[in-house]
Amino acid sequence: MQIKNSPKVYDAVIVGSGAGGGMAAKILSEAGLEVAVLEAGPYFDPADPAQRTQLRWPWESPRRGAGSTRAFGDFDAAYGGWEIEGEPYTRAPGTQFEWFRSRMLGGRTNHWGRISLRFGPKDFKRKSIDGLGDDWPIGYEDVKPYYDKVDQLVGIFGSKEGLPNEPDGFFLPPPKPRLHELYYIKAARKAHVTVIPSRLSILTKRINNSRGVCFYCRQCNRGCTVHADFSAGACLIFPAQKSGGKIDLFVNAMVREVVANEEGKAVGVSYISKDDRKEYQLNGKVIVLAASACGSARILLNSKSRQHPNGLGNSSGLVGKYLHDSTGASGKAFVPALMNRKTYNEDGVGGFHVYSPWWLDNKKLDFARGYHIEIGGGLGMPAYGFGFDITELNRFFGDIGGSYGPGLRDEVRRYYGAVVSLSGRGESIAREENYCEIDPDTVDEFGIPVLRFNYTWSDQERRQAKHMQETFNEIFHQMDGQRIGPTPGKGEDYGLLAPGMIIHEVGTTRMGKDPKRSVVNEYEQLHDAKNVFVVDGGPFVSQADKNPTWTILALAWRTSDYIIDQLKKQNLG
Amino acid sequence: MDRRDTIKSLLLGSLAGGALLTGCTPEENLSPEAGAEASDTGGYGRTPEEKKRDEELASETFFTEAEIATLAVLCDLILPADDSFGSATDAGVPEFIEFIAKDIPEHQVPLRGGMMWLNHRANRMFGAEFTDCTGEQQKKLLDAIALPNEAAPELQPGVVFFSLLRSLTLSGYYTTKMGIESLAYKGNVSNIWDGVPEEVLAEHGLSYDEEWLAKCANPARSEVAEWDEEGNLIS
Repeated sequence: MQIKNSPKVYDAVIVGSGAGGGMAAKILSEAGLEVAVLEAGPYFDPADPAQRTQLRWPWESPRRGAGSTRAFGDFDAAYGGWEIEGEPYTRAPGTQFEWFRSRMLGGRTNHWGRISLRFGPKDFKRKSIDGLGDDWPIGYEDVKPYYDKVDQLVGIFGSKEGLPNEPDGFFLPPPKPRLHELYYIKAARKAHVTVIPSRLSILTKRINNSRGVCFYCRQCNRGCTVHADFSAGACLIFPAQKSGGKIDLFVNAMVREVVANEEGKAVGVSYISKDDRKEYQLNGKVIVLAASACGSARILLNSKSRQHPNGLGNSSGLVGKYLHDSTGASGKAFVPALMNRKTYNEDGVGGFHVYSPWWLDNKKLDFARGYHIEIGGGLGMPAYGFGFDITELNRFFGDIGGSYGPGLRDEVRRYYGAVVSLSGRGESIAREENYCEIDPDTVDEFGIPVLRFNYTWSDQERRQAKHMQETFNEIFHQMDGQRIGPTPGKGEDYGLLAPGMIIHEVGTTRMGKDPKRSVVNEYEQLHDAKNVFVVDGGPFVSQADKNPTWTILALAWRTSDYIIDQLKKQNLG
Repeated sequence: MDRRDTIKSLLLGSLAGGALLTGCTPEENLSPEAGAEASDTGGYGRTPEEKKRDEELASETFFTEAEIATLAVLCDLILPADDSFGSATDAGVPEFIEFIAKDIPEHQVPLRGGMMWLNHRANRMFGAEFTDCTGEQQKKLLDAIALPNEAAPELQPGVVFFSLLRSLTLSGYYTTKMGIESLAYKGNVSNIWDGVPEEVLAEHGLSYDEEWLAKCANPARSEVAEWDEEGNLIS
């Protein structure tokens, strides 16, 4: 099979169309560069009626929204999931990892919770504080101007709070709390847990004349038909195309490797078209990888040449190392004060209206690093799974009976909106021994060697999860709530989810000044290849107790500015 | 609230929401209603592979006629009609369970085996399969497995089966139009969220505190936002 090599040389070839790739495409194309964007899945626009799931009713899906086709249910926007047919990955014995992938334009930005938290000054310097992991080579002051720009470009609601490690930004007004969130505020305050309006990239107010304003359907994860929330297609790529940016979009294009010339210099990427299953090559002066932390690590490790025998950018041996995801554990409670509710439209935005940022000092605790708390509940739209907890809930009423027959409707109404769930999302410690590598025995359906994961949690994360459960129980207690099901104990790692389940994995091409101890420099540029950049979560030295997207966006913008500058100075040739 | 009132309030809710949305979204091509009309061709945003899978599942049959008949009797015993709303079978719950058993094959053996377990017990106790038992006999059989706290340990398989069937019946029922009206869920329409209604706050003895409310103030949501250099919203 001959690889089809187009003679055209782009200024930049961008692999991936999510947060990082979308931002790079926008900034580079608007600076006049000719860019190619490769996306492994199909074209997707949430405003396209044929792809719309927003404002659908549960009965429109024969499985009523169950997760048997899409991991987060039939109405979730994300194609793909933790398992994709024909695209396996493996795990070393005794280790765990779940790898979530969205194969579609915009990638995982079509699914996420729009939780948009800046890292704070401490989040870049954790080693200096607790001696674990490493400091970033940059600090908050380097990223702040880009966070400010991202806020205004993409739109985010929130409130100015003046908290030391939760920097304020350019916010739109947050929505008022829902009823169960008012109960949460009261209970959290009694438990001495900080609670503030949430910070989500949803337009509660217009930010330009091309995107609509939120109409409060609580369905951001379905993709917004009026583009009132952030997704990379709607907010970055489409606007850049409209404003005249030269972007050639290659969808269904599964990138295999970065191609190097005789001298070992990166000249392009090779990809397999899912449409005709043939291999093609695209050439570019600059290669920007944004295929997700593990996706980009896989591409680099598969890019072997005489000059780069261990894979491109891997002279340190650290590509794939320091993989880390957020910790996650949850609990839910029945709150009797919320029984038998009068119903009204309580949808609100697609997520919680209030949340708790990390509020404690780890010096006084038996684990490092913090977590934030996300709040669930309310009079939501029923979907598959509705009513499944009625047996559990009936236990609180012991002998009342009526668990079938005429009384059951009353029970359903009694419990509707009376369950509050709390989820902790925390920072794990980046460790060299948690990594992904190429599995020597396995290829995917495109013949590309796949990743093998090696990941275990440490006691740091387990003790953090224990603390989460204790906090949840204290808050439930302050709401006069009854926890549903037993509190997970030591044998269950305190409910700590498997790594990968929170979909915040980062660290596989980490940033640093020392080429022996890091993969990219502070501009996300490979130490080993000046014209190759990584703008996804890979360069993160440490994941904070925050969601990574806002930092991916800010850093991708900063890197794009650097690329433009370096091209002008002819430093990337 | 009776059924007519519920439907009326649902209609009012959606009309009010629609009017509000039109006021706030000048670009007609970005109105969700426009999208809804254009795409109501029977699909629900499927990829070609997903559409194929749905069609394949729909063309297969899992339960026998006798099993479907048993499911129908059981579902209606679990959720009968009341004065305002139809029963589980009125809402098509057995058909939903047929689909979901094909879609999530883990349900197949527990459902099929559970019905066999119940028929075995019905035969032992009353000399007839469940559907041929009298109403009183059926009630006796179900009462013994409906309350997990009180069921005899040897009836545990029945408890597990009944619990699964009740879960699927509730999910199947409350995800239909009938079920959603019966629950009085009021959302899934465009609207402007402006906080918990006053009378509900009063009922719960709660109020918004002034400081928090000030942060949420949003008087000009359709005007383009502007900030000063410190990030304070000025319009």
